[in-house]
Amino acid sequence: MKHTPLYDEHVALGGKMVSFAGWQMPVQYKGIIAEHSAVRERVGLFDVSHMGEIWVTGEEAERCLQYLTCNDVARLRDGMAQYSALLNDDGGVIDDLIVYRFASDRYLLCVNASNTDEVFEWIVRRNATDAVIKNVSDEFGQIAVQGPQALSLLKDMAPEAFVSGVKRFGFVEVILEGIPTIIARTGYTGEDGVEIFLPAKDTSVLWNRLLETGAVYGIEPCGLGARDSLRLEAAYPLHGHELSKDVSILESGLSWIVRISKGDFIGRSALCASRDEGMKNSLVGFFLDEPGIARQGDVVRSKGGEVVGVVTSGTKTPTIQRALGMARVSVEHAKAGTPLVFVVRNREIGGHVVSLPFYKGLFA
Amino acid sequence: MDFPSEYKYTKDHEWVLVVGNEATVGITEFAQSELGELVFVDLPSVGQAVEQNGALCVVESTKAASDVYAPISGIVAVVNEALQDEPGLVNTSPYGDGWMVKIRDFSQEEVSALMSADEYKALVGA
Repeated sequence: MKHTPLYDEHVALGGKMVSFAGWQMPVQYKGIIAEHSAVRERVGLFDVSHMGEIWVTGEEAERCLQYLTCNDVARLRDGMAQYSALLNDDGGVIDDLIVYRFASDRYLLCVNASNTDEVFEWIVRRNATDAVIKNVSDEFGQIAVQGPQALSLLKDMAPEAFVSGVKRFGFVEVILEGIPTIIARTGYTGEDGVEIFLPAKDTSVLWNRLLETGAVYGIEPCGLGARDSLRLEAAYPLHGHELSKDVSILESGLSWIVRISKGDFIGRSALCASRDEGMKNSLVGFFLDEPGIARQGDVVRSKGGEVVGVVTSGTKTPTIQRALGMARVSVEHAKAGTPLVFVVRNREIGGHVVSLPFYKGLFA
Repeated sequence: MDFPSEYKYTKDHEWVLVVGNEATVGITEFAQSELGELVFVDLPSVGQAVEQNGALCVVESTKAASDVYAPISGIVAVVNEALQDEPGLVNTSPYGDGWMVKIRDFSQEEVSALMSADEYKALVGA
């Protein structure tokens, strides 16, 4: 079981440690509800050092990524990041990721922890160019600072560095507390905030400085539990839930990051074929209208009793205060307002389709 | 951590308190702290027969659903309706307002065979 550079900090803060994707990670400190609310109302701090980082460099870096990812890398400029995905030949999702362009010959990929090795091998194997692929996950720590006060906190720490005004999905390389960092205005919570990449060895220093400086804002360290409930309210897909190798990206709520017109890429022909046939399923949001909670794997039926889909994520979340979730259902049952029946432990619970996201933050 | 001495306990972290003809059942302070804040308690129906070690309730945190097992066999006499609106009572008052079910028609022998407070305390290493 791997430890992030912040393992000792988590234990000292009373984090409840669990196994996640091969890592020992805090699921919570004070409690999921308090941590979730801190991010919605103030600012929260997340250890995301388990995420993987991969450099793609060389003159053909862009061509390499155009073929390997489904979004249009050519739209990026230096200092901009893009949400994208790696597809297999069937159009299923190997991983969702963020592509950071440092220069036309220098890109950083941030990939999911559970997939880092597999993704690295996939990229190396399917790279049809001279681009150089390097897995540097062990060299990087990563801290997410999320919430309406996140940028105020950053400005307190580095007034000279952050004045330029980095836009959503922009990033800068700055020295923060004497540490060379990459600060990206990205996140997985539905709130404003940043994700900070930095050398693994410096991660605990910056973590503790952020906690100290953030005390005036009521900062809270947050675990994986709040990370999951926050992303679900914002309707961000999670690999292993909404996203799977066995399901087309077009049935996973991510057709907006697929650029068929950009030219050839892995999975493109399968997506064109399935699009021509017509998509069978769609990812939707749902509310339950009766007591209970539907969770991943629970079967979804129509009012008539026919099986029409499956729940991909579900819980009762702190901000919305309702049992809600996402489900993959047949397109005939995907319209907002459509009544559905959720089968939870052999009991039927009524609910209905709602439009996503559940929580509209600053950037939703 | 609290282990009221008049209660009986199970290895699955339920407690039982017999008052008259009814046995009140809940989960222990240790259990609630392991589960985290509860957001839903799925209670059985009144009149339902339950078997020792069989499913009794399901408690759900934001993160996961967990089973609560019947410490003893019997018939569900009363359920704690207050948990419908306030499942967090299980966290704030696990041995009091956070009780879950009252069971009737149980066997006193089954209750007597459950763990004492000291035995349970030793089990959870407190």
